[in-house]
Amino acid sequence: MTNIQQDTEPTVGALTGEADSTTSIATRRAGKGGVRRFLPTLTPWLVTGIVLVTGVTLFGLIGPLLVGDPTTIRDAGLQAPNGENLLGTTQTGQDVLAQLATATRGSLQIGLIVGVLATVLSAFFGILGAYLGGIMDEAFSLFSNVFLVIPGLPLVIVISGLVPREARGLWTIAVVLAITSWAGSARVLRAQTMSIRNRDYVSAARVAGEKPWRVIAVEILPNLLPVLASQFVFAVIAAILGEAGLSFLGLGASNSSTLGTMLFYAQNGFALAQGAWWWFVPPGLLIALLGMGLSLVNFSIDEVINPRLANVRAQRRRERRLRRAARSTRTGGAARVATAGHDTKGARR
Amino acid sequence: MTYFLRKIGFYVVALWAALTLNFIIPRLLPGNPVDILLAKLQQRGGQVTPATREAYELLLGGDSSEPLIVQYGRYLGNVFRGDLGVSVSYFPAPVTEVIGSSLPWTIALVGIATVLAAVIGVALGAFVGWRPGTWLDSFVPATTLLAAVPYFWLALILVYLFATGMHLFPAQGGYDVVLTPGFNGEFIGSAIEYGILPAATIVLASLGGWLLGMRNMMVSTLSEDYITTAQAKGLPNGKILRNYAARNAVLPSVAGFAISLGFIVSGSVVTEQVFSYPGIGSKLLSAVTNNDYALMQGIFLFITLAVLGANLVVDLLYGLIDPRTRARS
Repeated sequence: MTNIQQDTEPTVGALTGEADSTTSIATRRAGKGGVRRFLPTLTPWLVTGIVLVTGVTLFGLIGPLLVGDPTTIRDAGLQAPNGENLLGTTQTGQDVLAQLATATRGSLQIGLIVGVLATVLSAFFGILGAYLGGIMDEAFSLFSNVFLVIPGLPLVIVISGLVPREARGLWTIAVVLAITSWAGSARVLRAQTMSIRNRDYVSAARVAGEKPWRVIAVEILPNLLPVLASQFVFAVIAAILGEAGLSFLGLGASNSSTLGTMLFYAQNGFALAQGAWWWFVPPGLLIALLGMGLSLVNFSIDEVINPRLANVRAQRRRERRLRRAARSTRTGGAARVATAGHDTKGARR
Repeated sequence: MTYFLRKIGFYVVALWAALTLNFIIPRLLPGNPVDILLAKLQQRGGQVTPATREAYELLLGGDSSEPLIVQYGRYLGNVFRGDLGVSVSYFPAPVTEVIGSSLPWTIALVGIATVLAAVIGVALGAFVGWRPGTWLDSFVPATTLLAAVPYFWLALILVYLFATGMHLFPAQGGYDVVLTPGFNGEFIGSAIEYGILPAATIVLASLGGWLLGMRNMMVSTLSEDYITTAQAKGLPNGKILRNYAARNAVLPSVAGFAISLGFIVSGSVVTEQVFSYPGIGSKLLSAVTNNDYALMQGIFLFITLAVLGANLVVDLLYGLIDPRTRARS
């Protein structure tokens, strides 16, 4: 399970100042450079994130085609990395690199499946509840809050422990992981939907007699896309980490091979005691790097959708402007700083 | 007052939901846990009387002679009496006894590690967020690596480096096995020595989340008018940082405690497995591998209970430190 904190608790300001944030978004859109403000700035960290994610994804997609059969047993067990086996071999002489490639594919697969399932669940409970309002909203909100405080992995472990091993397929695990991980996103989506629900164009659509599903799909959902994207990325990270933990305990899907399964075999083959670092370091590192890449991408999405972080971007813009100003003139600098500082305030309000 | 009542009411509902989940899950899933459990019990030399069978069926389902609602009522009654059945893998100890002996280990480990991680993370976050845009601040995204590291893998690495590599700390267990557990200096010292690596794992892996959350809140707090006022009054920077900015910025971190704790508890279950720590996480896993369903369910209930309790305390504290939450409800 990941511990990247999601902002599921709407701040007091966001709640009391609902109307305020609505107008701020509206003015932001009306301001100059409209579309550009909704695209993440290409910071070095975002580039790192994109490179990491595409790198790991490509490795999982193409890697298995290039390396040999990961299950081939050879005579040379526990070989350190060498020319023939770039990442060494396991206890039974299986090529670690080949295993890594197929395991990455398995982990990505489960991450995507759970990500989609969890996002759909959270969208259902979060958006529908907030849109309908009243008793439904109370019920859905209570339901997701309860699911949020019940610890996920222990529940997953109990469920996997009760399902017989033969019946524990990829989809069983995926559904169980999705059921235990949607609640946080639902809360975020609910808070966002609440603020969109009362905007004029939504009311207009409702008054015009649009059906509820159409109002949600056409008027509300497009505005939630960045939030949904960020929640989806969170769900993928959480799923990959959760599945890895589960497989490491030997409770994962019986018919799939993931990075967690690899670590399970490494641990049970005494890789640690024998100092076979090439066996247990790469799978975990790959999970961490993929998770980091996804969070960095999320970081950038977050800076766009989170009004509280707007002044970080403003600060960055101001610095760029300052640098440019310093380059062009050395005398008018002070005046520029003053106006730039004023702009920062303007961007936030 | 309504705030506190609402919170307590919510946790009562959550507790009821957890109890109900515990009742429904084994009945919904395929397989026949009661038969497996009784077969195991017989292997261990336990007497299988109709009463034992009935007790397990109440816990895990399988008996169709009674309507579900009656079973449910009797199950709840048993739980409130503290009767969670007999553990098969630790036969003849009752489940509550097994849990009672391992729970203090986990609570101490997770409790101390969580507090440490929160304090260090929030302090670092406040410090970094105080000056957004500096070179130090631009390294903040790197902490996402720490946050994305699987707990158990970090545990493996720490064991590899510090236990099998440098022999600084013991790799396995919760205390030196030659000592008898008790409240004496020698035993506590040994427990601390054995606890350092597991605690370090949890602290390192959960630090990033706290740091990031605090830093982001700090950045947005800095643009508040009261900060400008404080600066205009000429207050020293350290005082503004501590008394004006950090105090307000820390609130969402406190409010988000519930989610963090859930993740930390999940992570520590797997971490305990790596260290063979005598806590509740390793007990849960040994229960799973031994098909000890009664113990498994009991442990899930207790973990949930502990998490709910901790969240309730934090929520009540939050109501005390932030009057706005009380006003809203």
